Amino acid sequence: MIYDVAIVGAGVTGAMIARELGMYDLSVCVVEAEADVASGASRANSGIVHAGFDALPGTMKARMNKHGNEMMPKVTRELGVPFEECGSLVVAFGPEEEKQLEILMERGAANGVPVERISGDEARRMEPVLSRDITAALWAPTGGIVDPFSLTIGAMENAMSNGVTLYLNSRVTAITWTDGVWELFAGDSRIRAHWLINAAGVYADDISRMAGGESFRIRARRGQYVLFDKSMPVRTKSVIFGVPSDRGKGVLFSPTAHVNMIAGPTAEFVDKDDNDTTREGLQEALAGVKRYAPAVDARYAITVFAGLRAMPETHDFIIERSKSAPGLFNVAGIESPGLTSSPAIAEYVKELLEEAGVRLVPKPGARRIRRPIERFSESKPERQRELIAMDRRYANVVCRCEQITEAEIVESIHLPCGAKTVDGVRLRIRAGAGRCHGGFCMPRVMAILARELGRSLDEITKSGPGSWILEGRTKGGAR
Amino acid sequence: MKADVVVVGAGPAGLAAAIAAKENGAVDVVIIDREARPGGILRQCIHNGFGLHVFGEELTGPEYAARFIDRANALGVRFLTETMVLNISPDRVVTAVGPATGLINIEAGAVVLAMGCRERSAGALMIPGSRPSGVLTAGTAQRFVNIEGYMPGHEVVILGSGDIGLIMARRMTLEGAHVKMVLELMPYSGGLTRNIVQCLDDFGIPLKLSHTVTRLHGRRRLTGVTIASVDKSVVPIKETEEFVPCDTLLLSVGLIPENELSCDAGVEIDPVTNGPVVDSRLQTSVPGIFACGNVVQVHDLVDFVTEEATRAGRAAAQFLREKSTRRGWKATAGRGVRYVVPQTLCGDGEDKTLFFRVNGIYRNCVTVARCGDKVVARRKRPICAPGEMERLTIKGADICGDITVMVEGG
Repeated sequence: MIYDVAIVGAGVTGAMIARELGMYDLSVCVVEAEADVASGASRANSGIVHAGFDALPGTMKARMNKHGNEMMPKVTRELGVPFEECGSLVVAFGPEEEKQLEILMERGAANGVPVERISGDEARRMEPVLSRDITAALWAPTGGIVDPFSLTIGAMENAMSNGVTLYLNSRVTAITWTDGVWELFAGDSRIRAHWLINAAGVYADDISRMAGGESFRIRARRGQYVLFDKSMPVRTKSVIFGVPSDRGKGVLFSPTAHVNMIAGPTAEFVDKDDNDTTREGLQEALAGVKRYAPAVDARYAITVFAGLRAMPETHDFIIERSKSAPGLFNVAGIESPGLTSSPAIAEYVKELLEEAGVRLVPKPGARRIRRPIERFSESKPERQRELIAMDRRYANVVCRCEQITEAEIVESIHLPCGAKTVDGVRLRIRAGAGRCHGGFCMPRVMAILARELGRSLDEITKSGPGSWILEGRTKGGAR
Repeated sequence: MKADVVVVGAGPAGLAAAIAAKENGAVDVVIIDREARPGGILRQCIHNGFGLHVFGEELTGPEYAARFIDRANALGVRFLTETMVLNISPDRVVTAVGPATGLINIEAGAVVLAMGCRERSAGALMIPGSRPSGVLTAGTAQRFVNIEGYMPGHEVVILGSGDIGLIMARRMTLEGAHVKMVLELMPYSGGLTRNIVQCLDDFGIPLKLSHTVTRLHGRRRLTGVTIASVDKSVVPIKETEEFVPCDTLLLSVGLIPENELSCDAGVEIDPVTNGPVVDSRLQTSVPGIFACGNVVQVHDLVDFVTEEATRAGRAAAQFLREKSTRRGWKATAGRGVRYVVPQTLCGDGEDKTLFFRVNGIYRNCVTVARCGDKVVARRKRPICAPGEMERLTIKGADICGDITVMVEGG
């Protein structure tokens, strides 16, 4: 078959575009190199919904950020994704940094984003853990936090319910254009489509080149993070930023949508596959947040990770129809605030397609609503009893730290865009995301994956091919 | 639903506590455990060496557990397995869920916390580098090998010289894996000397003290680790870094008592042990809630867990009759001592055994308990190390004030 549209990349941008196009009478596929969606920057970021005061007025970034921010409450409600408009603070230490606040105030006004200048004491009244050395702050009430994995997975699941096809483990290695049809050589598949959307993150420059499109350059900028346990007493309600520098928005200290606290990101240019953390980077992230909230205690860390942002040389999002390659749309350089912007980008790409002559007829029966997995631990006792009466597997708590039941794990595996790996289960329902980080539940999660997918235990991987967990039987274990 | 005593956890602590409660007059004793079978972590500890103090013989973990399970069954202790306790209220209502029972509330006359501990994870160590598969805690590896019958890898480095890591060094070797080395951050081992001899020395596995892993390598599966020696403030020395190829890194870097349920019940936690503050009857700060075993303090020997839990079970049964609450003298850590358990000594005239750990290596020293200026217990020790729990017994009649435990000399 020939798809109407093929999207390369199943990060939050690709997934949101897939969701948008899934509403119309089009055949759409998403082609992903890795074993799961949200495997690049969408997996490892701050989870922030930026208010939009810091993007340069008039840029694509400024426009997408503001619109994405406005769309986020509705999108997350439709997709059943944790989101909170908790507001954000940019804190300044002394007169030099306060000048930066003024610049941000002006940009906020130009971008149409509500911001308010407050004193250091007012900031500390809002967030008592903040340093005494903070002299002033900028308060942006429309800043927020969102679960980035749920947003990506939810969007893809919603798209798939509306008929979008997902190809996993399908790295695009070559692209041809013959008689108005694209052909993608992707893993074991050859995928044909009339229109091609390049949402390939840090590899978007490679994809554009393969398709004969513009030869922009994307560099990978690594951000390192430390995630803290829910029990850490030093917490804030809102997102805390320092003043921005030429290295980006700097280290932030924020609650996550799952009540952990997060510190990061650092910013360093690296190779496109180098999402290693470093000793220096982790120390920088910790030192950064300790400047805002001196009582932060590294002993509460439960994990560290790094993500790669796709940095365009133009410093602005590249969202355009290719001038040199007919039928190619580049959605490239989607660095921060890409997560926030993703729903707006999807809408804009739809408009670009329409301008290019793609007929968008609403698909009968397509819905924007996705029902999230019902969480046993978050339900009231009466509902918990009902759930158990419906399905006994709700009474089997598998992940003790996050209190995730067998029924929820099974559901996460069998949904469209379901989990196929241990990491996949963790990203979907947080089994193994708590303080023991899978020490107790990983063998049980593996057993459930093996049973539900009809595999043996040693075929279950952490995150796809090459990440095996077991290496065959013990001497006495062979049956 | 009602019960005289509800015990949370069917590991060695829970089993001994339930038996003692039953033997001391509690009628309806219930043990709740999330696994399908009782025994706790002993089920996967198939090596021997358990029971020397309690039974005077060397048993395997499952054998040791079986003796208590049989006894508990003979006494009519009720087991609720595959059941997870979700909450314990300060007035001792235990909420639990399991496929057999559904969601239940049990009003308990007394509660014994025996949830044990968990292992510190890789994330908590903040080891830089990649996040590949092949990095797991020693206990998880032990479950894969001994319960599931699968090998987690074949070229192995172990970080941390805790006892589980040492045991797994031997176990993996016996299964044909190549255990290259055990690294320990501190200048001394975290495990028992007998385990270093029997699990490392006997197999020629090097123990590198004052060493750590500074980086993980491998995009998907672990391909190696960078190791380095550390200076006196345990900071890695860059010049000593060395790449060691391996496909598996096992972590044995500390155990953390599992006290989430205790905290929800309002039980006071000791910041040093990370376990509940208890008195000499193992009662916590919440009347009627007792605690024993690794949920209170991480023990080295299961035999001592059994002893502690027996006292907790007996006290829980007594509480049903007397409703006594905590009062008495304080026991605190002095020079060279990291913590003392129990933290409070009941004024009941009974002899008291204090458990404690030292904070470094001390040779030819004396461990001393003082009541004011008076020495009420002392013990000569050729060597004291943080990896081996110390104890001192004080005669009930000698306790007339707060007690301080310290190391003298060494």
